[in-house]
Amino acid sequence: MNASDETETARRSAHEAFARSERWRWTEALPWIAAVGAFFVFPDYMALGTQILIAILFALSLDLILGYAGIITLGHAAYFGAGAYATGMLSAHLGWGEPISAMLFGGAVAAAFGFVSGWILLRYHGLTLLMLTLATAILLMETANVLEAWTGGFDGLVGISIWPLLGTFEYDLWGHTYYWYALTVLFLCFLVCRRIVHSPFGRSLVGIKNNTARMHAIGTPVHRRLVTIYTISAGMAGIAGGLFAESNAFVTLDVLSFARSGAVLIMLVVGGVGRLYGAFVGTAVFLILEDELAKLSPEFWEFGIGLLLVLVVLFFRGGLLGAADALTRRLFPGKRP
Amino acid sequence: MTTPVADNAPVLETRTLSKRFGALHVTRDVDLSLSRGARHALIGPNGAGKTTLVNLITGVVRPDGGSILLNGRDITGLSREDRVKRGMARTFQINQLFRDLTVLENVALSVAERTGAARRLWRPASVDSAVIDEAVDILLTLDLAGDAQTPIRELPYGRQRLAEIAITLGQRPSVLLLDEPAAGVPSAESHIILDVIAALDDDIAILIIEHDMDIVFRFAKTITVLVSGGVLVEGPPEDIARDEKVRAVYLGEDTDV
Repeated sequence: MNASDETETARRSAHEAFARSERWRWTEALPWIAAVGAFFVFPDYMALGTQILIAILFALSLDLILGYAGIITLGHAAYFGAGAYATGMLSAHLGWGEPISAMLFGGAVAAAFGFVSGWILLRYHGLTLLMLTLATAILLMETANVLEAWTGGFDGLVGISIWPLLGTFEYDLWGHTYYWYALTVLFLCFLVCRRIVHSPFGRSLVGIKNNTARMHAIGTPVHRRLVTIYTISAGMAGIAGGLFAESNAFVTLDVLSFARSGAVLIMLVVGGVGRLYGAFVGTAVFLILEDELAKLSPEFWEFGIGLLLVLVVLFFRGGLLGAADALTRRLFPGKRP
Repeated sequence: MTTPVADNAPVLETRTLSKRFGALHVTRDVDLSLSRGARHALIGPNGAGKTTLVNLITGVVRPDGGSILLNGRDITGLSREDRVKRGMARTFQINQLFRDLTVLENVALSVAERTGAARRLWRPASVDSAVIDEAVDILLTLDLAGDAQTPIRELPYGRQRLAEIAITLGQRPSVLLLDEPAAGVPSAESHIILDVIAALDDDIAILIIEHDMDIVFRFAKTITVLVSGGVLVEGPPEDIARDEKVRAVYLGEDTDV
């Protein structure tokens, strides 16, 4: 084999490797089939289903920064809550209830807040960053508490009135309309996430997560990259918050709470970080388990969630999807998961 | 991004560069000059301030006095990234690699940063054929192509050291700082690293910081000896080997000069 043949072969297999990592796999259809199937199998559970879809979108937005860029945060609810309040206040105070634009408005407000806070926060790392993200969410919650005239304070924001979707589909008692609405929004946001993580930009985020010092040494504007993905993630969390406000027609301080920031982190870790679909699996498992355990034992349901988290962290470092990958590799050795 | 300079003009220059950490004067008025294609070694006993000097030149720490010029331009106030963009690349004494990524992806990250492709977030990475091709070509020249699809963490240490160099080549540097490139590699394998360094493009000015005197004397055309943060002596290898002051400094150390 001569030199140029060798070059040709090496190049071809390199291109193939890049293309392979971006290719759609049949397993990727499963969560969407499940989501559509759930509508027909459990039509009475669509209110819960809608909340699950919203939580998945929120967890997905966290995966962009945590799973890909390695930004650890305990304050992601700040952006979910900012979106929820922005959407809610648009309707309650300004009387604009068109659902799609109101949701996008929530996303835009959260993204703007994400850009400003991220610009400052992302100069820090590790424990300092963790505490600052936590503090940001607490500050925002206290602000919302104080600005009672606008937010309703502790009593919550009332008077949200959302118009029919696309001017046609009314909000129904079973939550069917909102289930399809949330599923569509989730799917579109997922396509955006998938596009980003497979782009050169997305790959550079993984580089930052792997070794920030080396990224500096190859000329990466690390801070700018992190602020960019943080803004996108905050915007997506805000869209989730906007959907939440619209589907409940009510917003309380709870949307900004530490409990919400913590729960989304747990959902993502349980499902598997840095693989997009971890958000789907973790969130569904978490919320369905929560629902079932609460029926079983209204006082101790959190015990079951805690136990699940301990087991996953101790035994499946890659979350439930990581465990599934390991199992696939054992059953079909040599096959790529 | 090499800017054209006259053949004998310095590509990298430091002028009376100084740095103190509290009472400790770690860099004392260091003048260093590398012209195009230089093969320059920086040696000195432990604690002489070699790593600090590299950190000053690359912009990891800021000097208290003096200036640094790259291709004739003062870069003393520039960030790490801006120095890299102007043609300065470095390797690390302890591997700084993207351990979860394959060898190919490691180098492609570097190439994509140089070409600006890494800014793009709305198209698949596989579309950037030129980036992938260039990464593959670098791997071929370093004999790493066989490991292209191997994640870095699964690679033997000596091969990881080669990947360190491969990443810098993705920057197409005009100045390359090699911080103990053979550190941690068994001496039986260090010749592989040295062969790779010897085969690097003649246009690149190389500053090598090294403890292994075999490597230094095989590689360097100029040697600077650093002691207590200042330049003790500079000259061609033959002169350094004979220098009484250098012998005195290394006396009691295991290194055979």
